[in-house]
Amino acid sequence: MSPAYPVFRPVADHALLVEFGDRIDRDVHDQVLRLDAGLSPESVPGFLEAVPAYVNILVRFDPMQTDHASVEAALRRLLGGPARVPKPGRLREVRVCYEAELAPDLARVAEATGLDTEAVIAAHLAGDYRVYMYGFAPGYAYLAGVPEAIRQPRKTSPVRGTPAGSVTIAGPQCLVTTMIMPNGWWNIGRSPTRILDGGDSARPFLFDVGDSVRFTRITRDQFEAESRA
Amino acid sequence: MSSATLAVTQAGPHVTFQDAGRFGKMRFGVPTSGPMDRASYAAVQAALGNPDDAGAIEVSPGGLTLACEAGAVSIAVAGGGFQVMLDGARHGAWTVLTLRAGSRLTIRPGFWGCWTYLAFAGRLRVAPWLDSISTHGPTGLGGGLLAEGQVITVDDTRLLAPRAIPLPVWARPPAEVPVVLGPQDRFFAPETIATFLGAAYALSDAYDRMGVRLTGPALPPNAALDMPSEPIARGSVQVSGDAVPTVLLADHQSTGGYPKIATVLSTSLDSFVQLRSRQRLRFQAVSPAQAVGLVRSRTLARHRYLEMLRQGALP
Repeated sequence: MSPAYPVFRPVADHALLVEFGDRIDRDVHDQVLRLDAGLSPESVPGFLEAVPAYVNILVRFDPMQTDHASVEAALRRLLGGPARVPKPGRLREVRVCYEAELAPDLARVAEATGLDTEAVIAAHLAGDYRVYMYGFAPGYAYLAGVPEAIRQPRKTSPVRGTPAGSVTIAGPQCLVTTMIMPNGWWNIGRSPTRILDGGDSARPFLFDVGDSVRFTRITRDQFEAESRA
Repeated sequence: MSSATLAVTQAGPHVTFQDAGRFGKMRFGVPTSGPMDRASYAAVQAALGNPDDAGAIEVSPGGLTLACEAGAVSIAVAGGGFQVMLDGARHGAWTVLTLRAGSRLTIRPGFWGCWTYLAFAGRLRVAPWLDSISTHGPTGLGGGLLAEGQVITVDDTRLLAPRAIPLPVWARPPAEVPVVLGPQDRFFAPETIATFLGAAYALSDAYDRMGVRLTGPALPPNAALDMPSEPIARGSVQVSGDAVPTVLLADHQSTGGYPKIATVLSTSLDSFVQLRSRQRLRFQAVSPAQAVGLVRSRTLARHRYLEMLRQGALP
């Protein structure tokens, strides 16, 4: 039996996990975004920070100022109040070079899906992507929206040393890496677009959760030039 | 203003620069990091009269040796039962001392504890990342790991009288660790929850700033692990597919797809991390309301203690 959503789950002394569903779904994520948009120390006294994800959002609070019951009451008031429209996600462009040398798994995805590599690229470019959450490592934004035709289960074991800027897919998800880390997804291109810019503290992360993303194809020369920029 | 320069002549693994932490960035995949034991870190800053979020060095059991090349600066060391050697004289941690040009400071693990904090009466010159010098261990972002040959500069140095820092009882590692069950305790059968709360667990050697795997009875989830990745709080007791629990610590991943059977209370985590590999503990369930009550009284006691240390740091 599925519970009546939203469900409020206490976490230690300092947080509530608010759940709106149990599977990855745009409508469920819309509810996460709506609550996220309404959170502030004014609407929820003692509020510290929120971590939105696919189906739920972690709401952290200061236990010196409030407690789980008071925060839950404030969140229920927010949810029951006038429907809050989250500020519409921006459309962000991520530029990708799909040339074989920078796309080590493109041919294998083509083989597995029965498409040729140009069709895989076209399908990836045609996807309707949304940023659902960040996780794993700083700046790793989980996008969902990979078209059915090129969805692949993740690899059985991760590849060490996957370079920063790798455009990787697994199931409906797509991730553009920001640093050299192990990665078990299919690496189908490389992007010069910086999603994590440690140098600019005012806007260190390109995406907000809820943003839409469009991939644009670039040539190897463009990739080299933009990587140097 | 005067400065001091210190050369790192030895640094073990997991010795890092930390400040109070990098707050509010978890929604971008960046955990708070900061000190593993926030209470001992706060003690060194208060004992020196520093700002609450000043830079410090977190020393692991790998130890640290510094040679003071120029200038003079007072230091505080607190956290665990570490040994501190200054120019051949032995001190324990929980002390305020002064380094002068030619001084050699060595910090080594003692009879108990995993992490100790070295702070300076002055300002550590370390470049921040996202407004904090706290080191994110897995990537080395932030102030970073200390390495032999590195030179550290402290600006605006001050000198303080040597003194002992009182060791509060709550800085010692606990035998019982309070947790609030959940947020995914529903993935475990009642017998499994009873095992988790009834059995003794021990810390394994798989222990770093991201988390520590435990040894003890297995905790098999009773449902398929197909939950979408969700946010993780520091202190989560996460059970991976092999039924082994891991307590997630300062550099934890911000999201993950394994169920969390329980979460350790925030103030209890600071003493929990002073347990060493093979040391045993039991988890004790408290209600969310009891958790808030416990954390409030512990926090007030900490504030009174830190205020007393600050008074002692006045010129």
